[in-house]
Amino acid sequence: MNILETKQLTRVFGTLTAVDDLSISVQDGEIFGLLGPNGAGKTTTLKMLTTLLPPTSGTAIVAGFDIVHQARSVRRRIGYVPQLLSADGALTGYENLLMFAKLYDINGIEREQRIGQSLKLMQLEDASRKLVNTYSGGMIRRLEIAQSMLHRPPILFLDEPTIGLDPLARSSVWEHIRQLKSNFGTTIILTTHYMEEADTLCGRVAIMHEGRIAAIGTPSELKASLGRDEVTLDEVFAHYAGAELEVGGSFREISRTRRTARRLG
Amino acid sequence: MKSQEQDAPRVAWVNPVNADHENIFVAISQFLNKTLVITELEIRKLRHEPTDLFTRAIQPVLWLLIFGQVLSRIRAIPTGNVSYLDFMSPGILAQSVLFISIFYGIAVIWERDLGIVHKFLASPTPRGALVLGKSISAGIRALSQAVIIYILALILGVKVDWNPLSLIGVLIAVMLGAALFSTFSLIIACIVKTRERFMGIGQVMTMPLFFASNAIYPIAIMPAWLQVISRINPLTYEVDALRALMLANGSSVYGVGLDFLVLILVTTALIYIASRAYPNLVV
Repeated sequence: MNILETKQLTRVFGTLTAVDDLSISVQDGEIFGLLGPNGAGKTTTLKMLTTLLPPTSGTAIVAGFDIVHQARSVRRRIGYVPQLLSADGALTGYENLLMFAKLYDINGIEREQRIGQSLKLMQLEDASRKLVNTYSGGMIRRLEIAQSMLHRPPILFLDEPTIGLDPLARSSVWEHIRQLKSNFGTTIILTTHYMEEADTLCGRVAIMHEGRIAAIGTPSELKASLGRDEVTLDEVFAHYAGAELEVGGSFREISRTRRTARRLG
Repeated sequence: MKSQEQDAPRVAWVNPVNADHENIFVAISQFLNKTLVITELEIRKLRHEPTDLFTRAIQPVLWLLIFGQVLSRIRAIPTGNVSYLDFMSPGILAQSVLFISIFYGIAVIWERDLGIVHKFLASPTPRGALVLGKSISAGIRALSQAVIIYILALILGVKVDWNPLSLIGVLIAVMLGAALFSTFSLIIACIVKTRERFMGIGQVMTMPLFFASNAIYPIAIMPAWLQVISRINPLTYEVDALRALMLANGSSVYGVGLDFLVLILVTTALIYIASRAYPNLVV
């Protein structure tokens, strides 16, 4: 069954078509990766799918509901971890989870149970009473993922989940993402710059280029499509997304990403 | 046939226990419940980092101690049956509420730069609850200023009205004023979106709001054009209510009822506008 289906999803900013006539579908239980250089439209796509940004035209069905006309129903059924830092540093890890549990109407005994479970699953039990601004980057990411999973959404969106993390923290985040899939059967949609991440984590990937899908398939299918032996996903990426200099990423965006990376690191 | 197939998952996914079409009473209780969660969240943050409240109090303290003391000696400003220091105290309370609230938007821009706003907007929390929750927490923050001004007024010998009803009135006026200006600030934040531009606009707004009001002198002594501006400045109505409620011999020019009506109407309108503008932060 398709848990996500976009229909000619398009977003225009002024003269720039950030996402151009995107039609993809994702099956229940997949880990699906959106790959692309800066400015390819990955984050814009994710913002539309999480109802943060209305599409210029086209629509999408997420977890059975229309992102344009049934936005609140969609919001109840999705989890979302933005690219930037989204845990609140002025609260403890426990409080971050507590506040979101309340926002998602998780009440009574169940609330404490789920918070406890999440902390255990993400290995944050010891730090739960400390302020988040004392956490390491990997811990913050794991907390954010725990936060987004409290209401057990059938589908989880992760925007660049390991950006700015060191290799050790990165593989720990991957491990926890895999665990979510096996524990709860969660469908996971993630965007990434890292080919290694797509290769090891994603069942299927779509390479975006200038707002369109340049190629879609399993990592091995994409490698095979180049018709050569011993191809890496990097080469596949360069083939479909072009090896040209990166086009997107304004000064402000870069400074934000760097700042986030610094705080996470 | 084809369209039926496409619609099929919709039906399968609708969970009757967790129906999405709720009636109006459920919706209202949900709204209030979520508003309180947002307020609780803000108050918890404040509890971890309360020093800000005291550093914010330095400015009003200086106004009262220096400006107030000096102008009291000059006796240049007609203040009726109350001393100038008494006249000025409610004005400085309103000012400190204004100053602590008008930069509230900076916190929201900070949350936007990080990605916290994105996460809240992708949750089913009503936008109005996000905004109202924040404005209530701004009101609670501002109460700290009232406590400090009252202590100072006591020390300086300002004739304060200690009637519990008057105190409750002051409390409400302070919270309303804070909600009003913090929501105004939030709207500006949603429009300008960056810290640099916000700081510029914040500085430019604060002084006219303060000086084009009855906070430190009566409107009657102003030139006509300034009187017009002062009459449409919501701060004037907050000061007017505070002057009647806080001082033992205080009196209101416009009537406390009208003052509260203006404050409530403007705050409600601003909260409505802010909840429409809030999603714009992440676009």
